[in-house]
Amino acid sequence: MSAAPQRVSSAGSANALELRGVSRLFGALAALSDITLSVRPGERRAVLGSNGAGKTTLFNCITGDFGPSSGVIRFFGEDVTAFPPHERIRRGLRRTYQISSLFAGLTVLDNVYLACRGVSRNRLSLLRPRRDDALTHAAESLVEAVHLMAVKDRLVGELAYGQQRQLEIALALSGAPRFILFDEPAAGLSPTERRDLVHILTGLPGHIGYIIIEHDMDVALRVVESVTMMHNGRIFKEGRPDEIESDPEVQELYLGGGDVGADHVGGGHG
Amino acid sequence: MAAIDNRTTGYRQPAGEGLADWVARRGAGFWIVAALLAAMPLIASPFWLVQIIAYSLILGMIALSLMFLAGYGGIVSLVQMTVAALAGYLVAILGDSAVTQISLKWPLWAAVPLAVFLAALFGALSGALSVRTEGIYTIMITLAIASAFYYLTLQNYTIFNGFSGFNGIVPPVFLGVDWRGSQAFYYLCLGCAAIAYGVVVYVSRAPFGLALQGTRDNPRRMAALGFDVVGHRIAAYAFASVIAAFAGVLLVWFQGQISPGTAGIGPVIDVLIIAVVGGLSRPIGPFIGALVYVLLRTFSLDLLEGFGLDGKRYQLVIGLGFLVIVLFSPNGLVGIYERLRERHERSRESRASAMRIGGGAP
Repeated sequence: MSAAPQRVSSAGSANALELRGVSRLFGALAALSDITLSVRPGERRAVLGSNGAGKTTLFNCITGDFGPSSGVIRFFGEDVTAFPPHERIRRGLRRTYQISSLFAGLTVLDNVYLACRGVSRNRLSLLRPRRDDALTHAAESLVEAVHLMAVKDRLVGELAYGQQRQLEIALALSGAPRFILFDEPAAGLSPTERRDLVHILTGLPGHIGYIIIEHDMDVALRVVESVTMMHNGRIFKEGRPDEIESDPEVQELYLGGGDVGADHVGGGHG
Repeated sequence: MAAIDNRTTGYRQPAGEGLADWVARRGAGFWIVAALLAAMPLIASPFWLVQIIAYSLILGMIALSLMFLAGYGGIVSLVQMTVAALAGYLVAILGDSAVTQISLKWPLWAAVPLAVFLAALFGALSGALSVRTEGIYTIMITLAIASAFYYLTLQNYTIFNGFSGFNGIVPPVFLGVDWRGSQAFYYLCLGCAAIAYGVVVYVSRAPFGLALQGTRDNPRRMAALGFDVVGHRIAAYAFASVIAAFAGVLLVWFQGQISPGTAGIGPVIDVLIIAVVGGLSRPIGPFIGALVYVLLRTFSLDLLEGFGLDGKRYQLVIGLGFLVIVLFSPNGLVGIYERLRERHERSRESRASAMRIGGGAP
């Protein structure tokens, strides 16, 4: 599929995710310029930055929703730059969407079931599954994991907002994920729901790494071990959460300063 | 966002469902219609049996193939009539017809499967050309393919025998039955239509159909769940085209001949009208639409002349009927039926609650 040389993943040696010189132009606007980033398997990282810093564009390039204008993206050592999204998903990449992107006319369980099917070999089966089908069990345990068992047969369109956000996470956990991109999972959640979210994220198996875009520092800095700061489509600083928090430049630009402009800390407590 | 078809108890087969449950779950209306169709030769004349009902079933199958793509996949394909016509042509070319210099006279068991396979392949290739587009562009591309095929059949004499096409095509004698007889041909059409209907209902709730509805409602999310949206849509074209191809084989036996007129833009649009008038939300819609279309087409001549109008204007009646139905119900006749039933149930409920509260006041 891709003409670029491929290095098949050899466990441990390759980074989970590696971006080399990734840029994305929208017309003349550089939404991403020259992003170079590597994340180890199992590593958990936050990407912070004001609105328009290019965080979601970065996610879209990694998942292949649209390709980068230039640069190379490797997933566990394999060059996936030219892969369509579903090929990346089948290799263990997952994502959630900032605005819930679910199937409103299906029940909670069926949404998760569809996600389990998508990464299974029988995704095109013309035969209906039996009720004791293995994927149905897998779907049920995922619904359980995000605390939605009580509403598993309700239509997703009828769920409360917070429950839909939790379902987003369940879809991202389907199959055997190796790396997940969470796009503002805490946006619009109540304080209790945020605590649940932190609980779910920290409770993920150790081999599953993730990148989280999050405006709420209380959530973001508690669930990651490293932080990447973005500004105007560029990586601006990388470090441990405590380093980033105490960095004067970061504070000036993002965490408060007052004179940064209207777009700082967008929506975090909305 | 259209709701995914979830009207029955879900797509999973219950673990230990017995025959009795299966019968009960279909509802009374289903079994009344089924019994009526099975007993039709006892009540209907050969004209009604073949010219009205069998013809409706054949057109219904072609429209069903369009409904599967449009209703579950959100893909409006105008190429389904062309797929049917190609299958019909191939039966005439590979099998037997009065045009002996072209027809290969292959036996039935070789000609029909190959005709269906090649027509379905043609449908899948048309799908591959058009699935990356959406809405009006899909319609334009499939319409272009349909008209290209029409002009090919009109102008090519070596394979398609040009303007005159093929005549003298008869239903075969097969399994010891002469399928030319009106009863036998009726049951052949009924059997094929019932299988097509049953398969569409079943597949719509199997993972394949469920995922197709997912690609209709949220293609980007489906890709992010690991589904190949483009590939899935092409597979849906192939599946729908098999149904249209079988219907095309029946159609050529029904007509006894096939010519470019079968693949013309008129019939292509008629199939769309049949599917929309019947309703795109349920597989039964296309069959209802086809019955209405055939009845209008057959009897509007008498009706118009009864009013002292020119009988050739039956298209006007069909067009007006189409306008009225689409204006009043975007979901076609099926939608009107569902609304009436809902209203009936609501009024019964409110009557029942009024009785409880008022205790039967005057």
